[in-house]
Amino acid sequence: MRDTARRWRMVCAALTVLAALCATWPAGAAQSPQNFAQIERGRYLTVAADCAACHTDPVRRTPFAGGRPVETPFGAVAAANITPDRETGIGGWSDSDFERAVREGVMPDGKRLYPAMPYPYFTHMSRADVLAIRAYLATVAPVHHVVRSNQLPFPFNIRALMRLWDAWYFEPGEYKSNPGKSPAWNRGGYLVEGPGHCAACHSPKNFLGADRAEQRFRGYSLQGWFAPDITNDPQRGLGNWSQTDIVEYLKTGHNRLAAASGPMAEEVAHSSSKMSDADLEAIATYLKDQRGQSESARSVAKDDRYMKVGAAIYADRCAACHKADGTGVPYLIPNLAQSSSVDSRLPLTALRVILRGARSVATPAEPTGPAMPSFGWQLSNAQVAAVTTYIRNSWGHAAARVTAEDVGKARSSLAERTD
Amino acid sequence: MTQKLPAKDVAIIGLGWTGSIVANELTDEGLDVVAIERGPWRDTATDYPPSYAADELRYRIRHELFLRPEQTTFTFRNKMDQTALPIRTWGAFMPPNGVGGGGVHWNSETWRFLPSDFTLRTHLTKRYGAHFLPADMTIQDWGVTYEELEPHYDRFEYLCGTCGTAGNLQGHIQEGGNPFEGPRSRPYPNPAQQQPFSHTLFAKAARELGYKPFPQPSGNMSRAYTNPLGVRMGPCTYCGFCEWFGCGNYSKASPQTTILPVLLRKPNFQARDNSEVIRINTDRSGKRATGVTFVDTAGNEWEQPAQIVILSAYTVFNVQLLLLSGIGRPYDPVANTGVIGRNFTHQTTSDVTSFFDPAKYIFNPFIASGSIGMCIDEFNGDNFDHGPHGFVGGGYMGQVQTNGRPIETTPVPPGTPKWGAKWKEAVRENYQSAVKPGTGVHGSMYSYRDVYLDLDPTYRDRFGRPLVRMTIDFHDNELKQNAFLTDKFAEIFRTMGARQILKEYRKGPYDITAYQTTHLCGGAVMGTDPKTSALNRYLQSWDVPNLFVMGATAFPHNAGYNPTGTVAALAYWSAAQIRSRYLKNPGPLVDA
Repeated sequence: MRDTARRWRMVCAALTVLAALCATWPAGAAQSPQNFAQIERGRYLTVAADCAACHTDPVRRTPFAGGRPVETPFGAVAAANITPDRETGIGGWSDSDFERAVREGVMPDGKRLYPAMPYPYFTHMSRADVLAIRAYLATVAPVHHVVRSNQLPFPFNIRALMRLWDAWYFEPGEYKSNPGKSPAWNRGGYLVEGPGHCAACHSPKNFLGADRAEQRFRGYSLQGWFAPDITNDPQRGLGNWSQTDIVEYLKTGHNRLAAASGPMAEEVAHSSSKMSDADLEAIATYLKDQRGQSESARSVAKDDRYMKVGAAIYADRCAACHKADGTGVPYLIPNLAQSSSVDSRLPLTALRVILRGARSVATPAEPTGPAMPSFGWQLSNAQVAAVTTYIRNSWGHAAARVTAEDVGKARSSLAERTD
Repeated sequence: MTQKLPAKDVAIIGLGWTGSIVANELTDEGLDVVAIERGPWRDTATDYPPSYAADELRYRIRHELFLRPEQTTFTFRNKMDQTALPIRTWGAFMPPNGVGGGGVHWNSETWRFLPSDFTLRTHLTKRYGAHFLPADMTIQDWGVTYEELEPHYDRFEYLCGTCGTAGNLQGHIQEGGNPFEGPRSRPYPNPAQQQPFSHTLFAKAARELGYKPFPQPSGNMSRAYTNPLGVRMGPCTYCGFCEWFGCGNYSKASPQTTILPVLLRKPNFQARDNSEVIRINTDRSGKRATGVTFVDTAGNEWEQPAQIVILSAYTVFNVQLLLLSGIGRPYDPVANTGVIGRNFTHQTTSDVTSFFDPAKYIFNPFIASGSIGMCIDEFNGDNFDHGPHGFVGGGYMGQVQTNGRPIETTPVPPGTPKWGAKWKEAVRENYQSAVKPGTGVHGSMYSYRDVYLDLDPTYRDRFGRPLVRMTIDFHDNELKQNAFLTDKFAEIFRTMGARQILKEYRKGPYDITAYQTTHLCGGAVMGTDPKTSALNRYLQSWDVPNLFVMGATAFPHNAGYNPTGTVAALAYWSAAQIRSRYLKNPGPLVDA
């Protein structure tokens, strides 16, 4: 309630400022500050695209004023100030400037953006939708805040190299409807491929950070997590999730099988929990139609030493909450037996959650926000390896053995993380 | 120097069960609420995770979750002519500290008091005549009735997901429940927990003796539950680490598992932990609270102005703050005047340990939960004719063994050496086959003129404020009651087939070093007459109408049940009155 009130107060304040600025508004500003429908549509799309997630510094908490370092495998890129401040934000940009930045990754001065800004996905949005976002952003309070975006090490800090990257990997163009599919499927496709930019986290990347088209949505590791496979694959993906499970998860952060934590908790809190049910249904329709491909992992034998030790640790440390059969408690304790995060291609998420613990997202519909405690202080690398191997090879799961060395590496890389 | 904070609508002192309940009710009303808590923040996964929640040494023996006496304590004496000394290690009760308060470490035994408890003096006088009560017994009617509290008991039970078998549904007695309970409007939200072997045998023996045993109402979940606020709990694992411990599995009802997740999301709620309120401020008339003053861990003093002050700390600290803030007339037991400190009570418990043939019985005592148990209520309150016995009061009794934790659970028959090989052998032989309920006889303690709280003349806390002095001893009425109940209890174990029975009667003088329960009650009690009560029937201070005092502090006597259900029902009752009446017309809700 209060958020809404604050938002409207901000809108009103911004409108007053805009009225004063009207005379000096740059030529080509087609949108009108009176166009409620466009601004409202833009607000919704700003939520769907989760612009605030990167463009709001979590410390300063000034919406859209930028400064949050966006982590990439190559280093950090700080998100820009996208408030209508004329000097440090985008107040001086024309609509075409804005559209070119969002859909093509090119700044008004011709400099290239890094794909930490997900223009390779936003290019699939329509011009009308991008301009609606622009119209909404013009209504937020302008904040004077200089952001030094490029914090990458050499040679990645040479922006001109992005010309090559764009030439090799960037495929501009609006989302094309598939006439053979339903309107809901196509709406879902538009949201997933465009504003939702799901592939940014969930698609495997090549060595230069571009999506591997042939492996779309089959999971990718980033920020110390493994963003799981979200294809309909029954082994690795969402195959055993119903459409309702997906909708519930995106809306509330929880369903009968799983709980959102880490970067997905942020996504749920700021973006999908605020989207319409119809759009979430559309997203689920589209995802349920994405074909995956199970890799034929061989399971570790039941009488393997890792499995025996792992079973004992599981019974002692994990079973009280997750149950002996791994089924957990619906909406409270994740179901390990049916979780695709458990035997995902890489064990990163399982290791992280065991070593560091994790807090699930709390939402208005699911306010509980239960958390998994850390076991990193209590279990040795060998013990974590054994119990991880056990859960990745029980209840129908199959995955390669996790070694103490794997756990050691995960432990030291997690030690450097503050999140 | 005191720094002044922006004013709030409501300042709440202490964020335990009642602080959380009232905060949630008043924020729902749109008020801007701050809760100020002396202790630290507490959260399941970070403060009592399953990876170490079951640490008996840390939590039980070393009192992890409780207030440290170094921070503040009380002084104690039995009789008015003695000199009280400060308590330096907790014994008879465990003062809670931190967010969630006693709701974190309780057993979650969730009872309702009997209808007659709320009209105690009238009821007993009518049945037995005024002469039957000891002359110095100061019990009185509460000013509220069971019927008025019923919807509020119900709200708390549904908040907590209380597990039990109803004994009286809208006046109809139900098989398997407590036939003596007051009528409840609907069944418990969850079925009773499963009962271990010895508990089941106890119930069978009780039935053979003609009693009507029933499962103890429990806030440990018998199944997964979602409460009316949308907060979820998981099923109890019967681990036996409940009382004195936090639950790592989201299975025990506590503010953390029922209210706080919702409360914390509200923009009109703020919590300050590690902040100790040292005073309730009043204006020059002394008739209006202007807010509270608290001290943070850096020693900075802050004033928090507020329109309404809710005092919801532990019993004794509520009384201390009232005395130190000069609110209400201090009780004088000699002149028999004043109200603050009056009708202080605790509990009269005892136990029976029974030894069974190890060749025949393996009880697995470690399979347990905090409020597991099969109980009978035949000897509680006025459920039986006291005429022939010469005492009043009573309690529930039952096989309520809540754990088989290794450090505490070493039952050995009388005559066993206290250490060495023989002792070890006896422990080994009896661990699985002895029955030792936690508080087997959970008896009432009625109030007396010479059992009270006041400010100690000698001992002071770190701020230079006098400590609270407890003057408390058992009276003959309670000791007679206990002897009678303990004998009745032992009979059931004899029927159960015990080969040896050890009765541990409660004896005087009141012992501050031996744990009974944490149910300290009274000291600023509710009632209908400002001469004998500090609070009116809505828990509103007679003297300062914008001050409401929650908790067992308001109990004019302690009944033969665990108090939390009644404490919470009174908090909901009071909050409902604040919402429906006080806010529209701030002032006394009852004319003095």
